[in-house]
Amino acid sequence: MKRRRRHSTALRFAAAVLLLVVFLFPIYWLFMIAFKTPEEIFSSPPTWYPASIQFDNFRGLFKSGDAKTVFNSLFIAGTSTLIAMFLGTIAAYSLARFRTGGENLAVWIISQRMIPPIAIVFPLFLLYVWLGWVDTYHGLILLYTAFNLPYVIWMMRGYIEDVPLELEESALVDGCTRWGALLKVVFPMVRNGLFATAVFTFVFAWNDFIFALVMTRSEVTTYPVQVTHYFGAQSNFWAKIAAMSVLGAAPVFLAVAFLQRYLVRGISLGAVKG
Amino acid sequence: MARLRLQGIEKSYGNVHAVRGVDLDVAEGEFTVLVGPSGCGKSTLLRCIAGLEEVDAGTVTIGDDAVNNVRPRDRNLAMVFQNYALYPYMNVRENIAFGLKARRTPADEIETRVRRAAGMLGIESLLDRLPRQLSGGQRQRVAIGRAIVRDARLFLFDEPLSNLDAQLRDEMRTEIKRLHQELGKTMIYVTHDQIEAMTLADRIVLLREGVIEQAGAPLDLFERPVSRFVARFLGSPPINFIPGRLVDEAGAGLAVRCGEDAVFALPPERAAALASRAGSDVILGIRPEHITGRAHVGGRRGHFVPHRVVIDLVQPTGTRLHGTFTLAGIEVLAELQAHDVERPGETIEVLFDMQRAIIIDPTSDRVIQGD
Repeated sequence: MKRRRRHSTALRFAAAVLLLVVFLFPIYWLFMIAFKTPEEIFSSPPTWYPASIQFDNFRGLFKSGDAKTVFNSLFIAGTSTLIAMFLGTIAAYSLARFRTGGENLAVWIISQRMIPPIAIVFPLFLLYVWLGWVDTYHGLILLYTAFNLPYVIWMMRGYIEDVPLELEESALVDGCTRWGALLKVVFPMVRNGLFATAVFTFVFAWNDFIFALVMTRSEVTTYPVQVTHYFGAQSNFWAKIAAMSVLGAAPVFLAVAFLQRYLVRGISLGAVKG
Repeated sequence: MARLRLQGIEKSYGNVHAVRGVDLDVAEGEFTVLVGPSGCGKSTLLRCIAGLEEVDAGTVTIGDDAVNNVRPRDRNLAMVFQNYALYPYMNVRENIAFGLKARRTPADEIETRVRRAAGMLGIESLLDRLPRQLSGGQRQRVAIGRAIVRDARLFLFDEPLSNLDAQLRDEMRTEIKRLHQELGKTMIYVTHDQIEAMTLADRIVLLREGVIEQAGAPLDLFERPVSRFVARFLGSPPINFIPGRLVDEAGAGLAVRCGEDAVFALPPERAAALASRAGSDVILGIRPEHITGRAHVGGRRGHFVPHRVVIDLVQPTGTRLHGTFTLAGIEVLAELQAHDVERPGETIEVLFDMQRAIIIDPTSDRVIQGD
């Protein structure tokens, strides 16, 4: 009995490892390419890991100025996240506490998020051309903010509704203004949700390809768009693709690593009432 | 500390008219309990006083200031909520100090006041704990501490004990009463529990469907209710209501006849007052403790009218015994002494104290005071 149980645990463990290898291998391969020399990349049979870690591929990206696209992405995604979080949270507060717009406004707002980007990107492009906002920072920031707001409002509304109203009322009676109660009572209570929502908002803007592709030319190219430039008709620049991908993945990895605690709590928050 | 005056307070939520023209004066240092069944508007009224709800009409005056348009924070009140409303991420000390900090009290004064409040409530050893590490009773103490630490003009309690178990509730009730005596502050207390209301209040305000049904000292309401509603709300076990008719049979004086064979003569002064009503249907209201066994009325003042009944249900409570009998088709509860009845089915003579009984007009449900 005991032996059989040990047996099945070992089997499950082996299956998990196998799956993990299958799914992680492409990522591993990409990362390794980023640190390989051109000879190693194209050697046959392939080498499993670089003979020595070297950063020439990254250096090349910085020298050519391509690395700037990562900073564009950081700036655009970061700024739009901040704005969307601020506006979205106070809008959510209004929906949750003052019943702004009744029962249906919140659903109407989140339904905006369900529009496929491709369906609106070309009308928006024409509008942006007319406004002269194509290939500008504020153009993309505004677009991402607008696109993320429904998500932020929807999520934050849920978190805020879970904060007992009495806590806020107690703060009001105790000497806080509405803003004071929001800052001192509501924000600390929804902190995990705030971080979790911010990470998802950031990641959406960070990973977006379609808006960035259509709305940018050369000035504010974001990193996903830049990666596609390395796929040529004649050949693919694997070293650059890999190095750029590593640069692009790094901030998201870091964000998730540092905020994991909040993320897990934030996502599960409100899942169980009480 | 201050007095409170409410004039013509009205408050509706959509179609629900929660408070309908309430006038109330609360004297300085008075402990007033707003009591009533759920939905009577007592909590709404308290929230209007706190400024958490805007009144639709009327004036709220605290001290000499009309505060209708004053934000809650500027009304300088302290409030204890039903669910404690402790900030879960702050420890007890920070929770108690919250209101003082929000009002920018100097740090050393905060510390002194927090210590004093914690001392009064016996929670000094809990100051560094988080709310989730406290029991229900301790949380309630912290919530009260957060209120008394401030030098508020008015203290508001919104059903503060309803989440506690029975024993703890008794304990905290005593505590609150003691605090009121020590602090001498004006306190407004909302509850649906008539025992809390009776024991705590200098004055009870009994609300029904948004209007004050009766206000006065606890014993006033208990002994001289103005309506069937008040009589039923206060007292446990509840008062008996027996349908009957005011009769003046054979010149024996005015009496209440219930059913076929029960006739309860009224004391002369009450009979005189009700004389003009002779012949009309009434409801006789009599509390269980005013229906007693013959052996126990010695020396007690009252107007006792005997009646023989068959006790069909016996519930001993220790020193007392609750016996149920049927009169005019109604189950009537009498609070007898232990051993008055040994087993169900016994016939005994009980005495109705008609001095303390109330006579109610069945159409209006008001107590008939006499002309």
